[in-house]
Amino acid sequence: MATASIPSAKRTKNQELWHEIRRSFWPYLFISPFFILYAIFGLFPNVYALVLSFKEWDGLSEQRWVGFQNYIRLFQDEIWWKAVFNTVWLMFGTLIPQLSLAFILAFILNSGYIRFKDAFRTAFFTPVIASSVAMAIVFGALFGTRFGILNYLLSYVGIPPIDWLGSAMWIKPAIALLVIWRWTGYNTIIYLAGLQSIPSDLYEAAKVDGAKQRDIFWHITLPLMRPVITFTVILSIIGSLQLFEEPLLLTAGSAGGSSTSPGGTDQAGLTTLMYIYNASFQYVKFGYGSAMSFALFVLIFGFSFFYNRFLGRNLTD
Amino acid sequence: MASVTRDAVKSRPKLRVSKRDRLLGPVGMVVLYLILFAGALATAFPFYWMVIASTHRSSTLLVVPPPILPSHALSMNYEELMSRLYLTSGISIWGIMINSLIVSGSFTLLVLFFCSLGGYGFAKFRFPGREVLFMLMLATMMIPNVLGIIPSFMLMRWFGWFDTWWPLIIPGIANAFGFFWMRQYIEGSVPTDLMDSARIDGAHEFRIYWNIVLPIIKPALGALAILTFLGKWNEYFWPLLILKNTALFTIPIGLASLRNLYGQEIGVQMLGATIAIVPMMIIFFLSARQFMSGLTAGAVKGV
Repeated sequence: MATASIPSAKRTKNQELWHEIRRSFWPYLFISPFFILYAIFGLFPNVYALVLSFKEWDGLSEQRWVGFQNYIRLFQDEIWWKAVFNTVWLMFGTLIPQLSLAFILAFILNSGYIRFKDAFRTAFFTPVIASSVAMAIVFGALFGTRFGILNYLLSYVGIPPIDWLGSAMWIKPAIALLVIWRWTGYNTIIYLAGLQSIPSDLYEAAKVDGAKQRDIFWHITLPLMRPVITFTVILSIIGSLQLFEEPLLLTAGSAGGSSTSPGGTDQAGLTTLMYIYNASFQYVKFGYGSAMSFALFVLIFGFSFFYNRFLGRNLTD
Repeated sequence: MASVTRDAVKSRPKLRVSKRDRLLGPVGMVVLYLILFAGALATAFPFYWMVIASTHRSSTLLVVPPPILPSHALSMNYEELMSRLYLTSGISIWGIMINSLIVSGSFTLLVLFFCSLGGYGFAKFRFPGREVLFMLMLATMMIPNVLGIIPSFMLMRWFGWFDTWWPLIIPGIANAFGFFWMRQYIEGSVPTDLMDSARIDGAHEFRIYWNIVLPIIKPALGALAILTFLGKWNEYFWPLLILKNTALFTIPIGLASLRNLYGQEIGVQMLGATIAIVPMMIIFFLSARQFMSGLTAGAVKGV
C-alpha cells in the first residue's frame, strides 16, 4: 500500500514545487540582481584567482601552468614574510589599544554620571567619516621630525625628536597611531550600544543580592558583551590585515618609499596588501600576486576563525 | 531586528541613572570627565590643525614652536591649489569633487533601488529556496574582496571598462549588506495586509513596491544612503587600480596625487584635505544619529 502511493505523492510534490517556482516570478526577479552581479564580480574573480595562483601570467601573453611554484616562491620570499610580520604586528598593535580604549570610553559614557553624552559620542565618531587618504596626509605632517607637533609635544617631557616616518623602528607605531585614532571612536559607539542593550533589571537584581560593582562587571557586563566584542575583534582583524593607504601614504615621503620599493626604510612599513599591489600591478606578476592574495585570505580567515573558536565564544552556547 | 535594537537603546538609560549616581565622589567625576575630554581633544585636534595649516605657508608653518592659530595665506594656498593642479592634470579640485559627487551619488541611488527591491523580495515573499539563498548571500560577506582583485581588474579590461567610472559604480549596486539591511527593516515595518489588499485591487507587483513599500521604508533608505555614499566617497584602492585619466579622478586619488605635486607646501595639501572632508562633515552633523545607528547595526543584535 505504502509503496504504491509514494511515487504519485512524489510526482504531485514535484509538480507543486514547479508550480511554486513559476508562481514566484516576482520575488526571484527582485533578488536576482545580487546573485547575477555576485557571480560576475565576486564568484568568478575569486575562483579565477585560485586558478591563476597556479599559473604564470603578465596579463597579455599566454598563461603558463607552474603548479605550486608560486606558493613555493612565496615561502622563500623574505620580503613577503617581512610584509606578513609587519601586517600582523600592525594587527595586534592597533587592535589591542584601540579596543581597550574604546571599551573604557564606552563604559564611562554608559556609567550614568556623564552629561553631554551625545556630544561626546558625536565627537568620538568624526574620524570614521574622514577620508583615510586625507587623514594620512594630515598625520604625515603631524609626524614631522623637526617641525611636527607630536615631537614638539614630546619635547616637553624631555623626549628627543623621533624620526617617525623615516626610521624602521618608528614607522609601525606611527601607522598604528593613525589607525587607532581613526577607529577607536567607531568601536566606542558599538560598545556603548551594546552596554545600553543589557537589561537594567539584571543589574538591579545583582545589587539586591549584594553584588559589588566589580563582580557585576566581571559576571554580568563582560559575559553579555562578549558577542559585541567578538564582532569588533573580527572586524578589526579583517580591516587591519588589509591596511593599504595609511602605510602607503605615510611611507611614500620617506627614503626608500618609491613605487618600486615601497614600505619605507628597510621596508618596515610594508604591508601584505601593499606588496600584493606592488607585485601585481607594478611588476605585473598576476600569478604570484594571486598566490599572495590567497595567502592573505587564509591569514584573515585563520585569525578570525581562531578568535571566534577559542576566545570569542559567548556563554550562551 | 535592527529597529528593535534601536528602540531598546533609546529607552534604556533612564532606568539606571539614579541608583548608581552616588557611588563616585567629586574627584572620581573629574577624572571621568578628564578622560573623556582628553579623548575628544585627541580626536578633534588633527582636524583643527588641518584647517589651521591650510592658512599657512611653509615659512610660518615650519617653525618651532608650531603655530596653533590661523595665518593669512588661505587665498594664496587656494590659488596655488587651483592653478598648479590645473596645469599638471587639467582638472581643478572642484572638478575632482564633482567627479566624486557623480560617482558616489549615482552609485548610492542604484544601491537604494536594487537593495530595497531585493530586501523586499526576501522579507515579504515565500518561495522555494528562500532560506538557502539568503544564507548563501550572507556567507559571501565573509570573503574579503582582496582575494579576487587581479581577476576583477582583468575583467574590467575585457569589458572595456578600464579607466572609466563603470567599475566604481556597477559591481556593488546589489550588495549583500544592503540586501540584509533592507530585509531586516522591511520585515518589521511593512504590513503584509497592505500589500494583500493592493493585490486584490489588482495592483502590479512592481507598483506595490514603488507606491506602498518605498514610502514606508524611508528611514532605512536614509541610513543606507549615508553609509553607501560615505564608503564610495572615501574609496581608494579600487579607483587607484582603475582610473589613470586625471580628468576622471575621484577625491582620494586626487588628494594622493596632490601630495606628490606639492611635496613642500604642506598648506596646499591641507587645504585639499579640508575641501575633501568638509562635505562629509556637513552630512554627518546633519544626520549624526542615523549615521551612527547605521554603522552599529549588526553589532548589537546578538545581545
